[in-house]
Formats: sequence, structure tokens, C-alpha cells
Amino acid sequence: MTAEPSGVLTGIHYLDGDFACGEGAMAAGCRFVAGYPITPSTEVVERIGRRFPMMGGIFIQMEDELASMAAIVGAAWTGTKTMTVTSGPGFSLMMENIGLAAMMEVPCVVVNVQRGGPSTGLPTMVGQADVMQARWGSHGDYPIIALCPQSPQEAFDLTVEAFNLAETWRTPVLLLMDECVGHMTEKVVIPPASEIRVVNRRLTDKKPEAYRPYEPDERGVPEFARVGDGYRFHATGLTHDERGYPIMTAECQARTVRRLVDKVRKNADRIVRFEEQDVEGADVVVLAYGITARVARAAIDMARAQGVKVGFLRLVVLWPFPEAKIRELAARIRAFVVPEINLGQLVLEVERCAGGQARTCGVPHAGGGVHDPEEICRVILEAAQ
Amino acid sequence: MTRTEIRITGFGGQGVVLCGYVIGRACAIHAGQHATMIQSFGPEARGSSCSATLVVSDAPVLYPYIRRPDVFVVMSNDGYEKYAEEIKDDAVIVYEQDLVHPTPKPGQRTYGVPSTRIAEQLGRALIQNIVMLGFFGAVTRIVPRQEMREAVRNSVPAGTEELNLKAFEAGWTWYDEQYGTRGSAAMAAPASTG
Repeated sequence: MTAEPSGVLTGIHYLDGDFACGEGAMAAGCRFVAGYPITPSTEVVERIGRRFPMMGGIFIQMEDELASMAAIVGAAWTGTKTMTVTSGPGFSLMMENIGLAAMMEVPCVVVNVQRGGPSTGLPTMVGQADVMQARWGSHGDYPIIALCPQSPQEAFDLTVEAFNLAETWRTPVLLLMDECVGHMTEKVVIPPASEIRVVNRRLTDKKPEAYRPYEPDERGVPEFARVGDGYRFHATGLTHDERGYPIMTAECQARTVRRLVDKVRKNADRIVRFEEQDVEGADVVVLAYGITARVARAAIDMARAQGVKVGFLRLVVLWPFPEAKIRELAARIRAFVVPEINLGQLVLEVERCAGGQARTCGVPHAGGGVHDPEEICRVILEAAQ
Repeated sequence: MTRTEIRITGFGGQGVVLCGYVIGRACAIHAGQHATMIQSFGPEARGSSCSATLVVSDAPVLYPYIRRPDVFVVMSNDGYEKYAEEIKDDAVIVYEQDLVHPTPKPGQRTYGVPSTRIAEQLGRALIQNIVMLGFFGAVTRIVPRQEMREAVRNSVPAGTEELNLKAFEAGWTWYDEQYGTRGSAAMAAPASTG
């Protein structure tokens, strides 16, 4: 499928990351957004609020982030593509209903434009400290997919991709933007609608009497029936069987929750996405994401000028984590260097997957700014020793 | 690789951010360069100091913030005092001459324009920022005049294009009349990395 032209602002634009994210959502076919304004994410919904009336979309400013998340989960049952947008404090409030979306297998997109935390922290300044919350913030075992743009162009591209992944796997997908990318204005190219790949959830063609809402297809994903299409419908956050009704047994729990988790875990190689540069023959590989990936590349240029063999691995998808790639690299390099705007989060995953085969050196930053490339370069030089 | 860092500052309400947006758009879309703009997102209210920064390069911009600006566009004296220390020793200072009183270091070049007065003569003080933009364009020649004009035309509210283009031309003309027609070669600043 390709994009519906009414939502696509084809052209060459000069946009900030938040606006580009909003345009990506509309291009992907999102037509329902509920949110509660919070810096530095508000421009996303400002853009959508201005443009939605032209394409029949609905934006509701809710009373808070609990309700915002609940609204997009509910609206998605009509078959509409839905999204909410927030930053750290609101993201915390959304956790319960993100778990509900995962449990009920509701496709939806949650954008978190990360700012400095914890709590209200630094509303107008950058952070990347919600990475582990994105993976583990709701209770229980559940699947999650998270993407991380490094530029306004990618804010557009990856928002489209976030919807495609949500629709494919029937699970909430997170766009982990950061304040720097959100508030940065750069050239953004929006292609013609016919060149934008759009995925829509697989609707059932079974007869209502034969349809079971949580019967998985060959990928482990159930077929969707829209509310109002005449299918018997029951959705619950309780552990449920293939009919959608609560069954409180360890057996049903194992079957349901394992299938949920395996949707992403067993299909990770189809979801994981990264870019690598010059990792062949590298002694040190820098792993970074979001705005830090750009700053890290400036640092890599400096380190190379001093003769160090440095490769670069940029994560586009943070969750699922590219475990196999890290293991493979760990077997043949000396060290990983992981700069991130937090006090050590994804570096722990790198260390886990490296399994002691290569050193892992974090370059922490508490937030409120990006790293100095010189600081990252210094750690690269140390790691190469 | 060339990398030019620009700081634009003034009061909230003077059009600082739009001025930065038009420069970025001119460079990134109309002149085929890379341009990253970041506006200050402090809790500024109208009338207090406001700022936008730009990094313009012939290669993709990696480090998005400025460190030592090559060009300093100043529309308020508060802004001058707040940021004068960070600019390069050979920076170009482009300023509103009725409002800003620069005290440049030796090596720093200054170019003044009464942009508010010119805007008022054109009928609307609001277009002061576009007068300044025209003057900035003439001083720096960061993109050809026609491309900056196009960026103005495509950035201002519909219906105000003619007035804004007049403001742009008035700013450019002020430079030609006061400083000659060659430009300052401000953009020939030495390349830095990042």
C-alpha cells in the first residue's frame, strides 16, 4: 500500500523535528490524535491540530496523559490509526495504558520527545534518559518497539515507519525523539504519496461466527476486526484466551504472554534496524542513537585524525535491541564506546550482549545539552589503548 | 568542509526566529547547502531576550549547536551584552544601529543598519527583521540575493510578500549605499570541524 494523498504534504520543507513528526503521522494515515500539551512535544500536536481538519482527522486535547493514552487505545478499535505525543512526565503517566495496548494488541504510536528528567526536570532541554523506561516502564512482560530519529527528516520517515510496525505487529510502537531533534529545523523532503510505503493492519475476512479475536496467524499476530463491523468483540487487560475472554490459569498466561513477547522477540531480525560505518577492521566501535549519533560522528572524525580505527553503529530501532549484531562485533573488536544523554542505560545492553568479549565504555551525560565531541573522542582514544 | 556559525538575537517579538528561519531556508532549500537552525527555548516572554542559532555547511551538520559564531546578528543591546563574549575574534557583527552599541574587539568587523527606522518608513515596524535580513544578506553574501528573496517570499504570511520583499530590498540597498557593493567576504572565515 502507499499513502493516502490527502495526508501527504509533498515537497521540500524547512521544518523542525516536531512538525516533521506530525507530518509523518498524517502521511502514514493517522487520523486520530489525543494528547495533553507538554514541552518539548507540543509542536507535534500544534501541527496536527492545524492540518487535521483538511483530511478529516480528529484531534482531542484530553484532560491528562492517562486519558490521552486511553483514548488512542479505544479509538484504534475502530480501525483508525492513532497516536499520542508527550514528554517524560506524561510518558510516565501513559505506562499503564501502554501495557493495556500491548496486552490487547492494539496498534498505536506513542511519541516521547525526551527532555531532561527525572520528574519535571528540564522542560526545554534535551535528554535521552527514558530509554529503559520505554522498554520496561509498564508492568509485566510485554513486547515493545522503539525507534529513534537523529534529524527532522528521520522524524518524518520513522514516524511513518512506527505506524507501519504498529500495524504489522499489532503492538504499541514508541518514537523516542529528543528535544534537540524535536526543536531543530532542517530540510525535510516529503515524497509523493505514491512513494510512501504504508502498512495497514490485516483485517479478518472470516465470517463472524468463525472469527476468534486472538487467534494468531502464521506470524503470531491475530487478524483485526473493527468495532461495528458485526463481529463479536471482547477485549480485556486480563489474561485471555483466543476468544478474548478472561482465563485465570498459568497455562493460558503462558500461551498468551509468550505469544505476545514472541511477536517481537522471534521476529526481531525483521524489526531491528541500524546503520554501520567502517566496522570492518575497527578496533573500537562507537554505538549511538538520536542526536548523540550526530555528535558521535563528529568525535569519530577527530579520533580518526589521530590514527584510531573507529567504526560506527547507529541504532535506528532501539527496541528490540540488535543483540546478534553486538555479539558478532564483540568477538572481533577491542571495545565499544557508548555515548548517551543519560547516566548509563543502553550501555548496559551493549555490555550484556558483549558478554566480556570486548570492553564497554559508556560516555554518560546528565542532560540539558549534548556531549562535547572532544569528550567522546577522549573516551575513544582511551578505549583504543 | 566549511562551517559557518550564526547567532541572531533581539527582543522577543522582533522576529528573531523568523529571521533565522529564512536564512536557514535560503541556505538549505534554495542554495543547496546544509543548515541547522535552533531557536532558544527558554521561558522567554515577549520583550525579553530571544535568540536563534544556525550552523551552515557544505557537508551535513553533525554537531548542531554553535560554539563561537562567525556572524552575530544583533537587534537589541541586551542581546549584544549577553552574547558578545562568545563570538569569534574575527567575527562579523551585524546590528540595529539605533538600538545596539557594539564595542568590538580589534579584528571584529561591524555593520550597522537602522532597520527599525527603515521599517517604520515602509509603513510597518513589524518588518524590521526582514530589513535586517536583507542587510545581513548583503553583508555576508551567504547565498545569492535572488535565493534569499525567494526564501523570504516562501516564509512570510500570505498577502505580506510584497511588503516583506520591499523590506528585504531596503536592507540590502542600505548596505550598498553605506558600505559599497562588494560584500564583506564574511563567509570566507576559516573552516572548523564538527
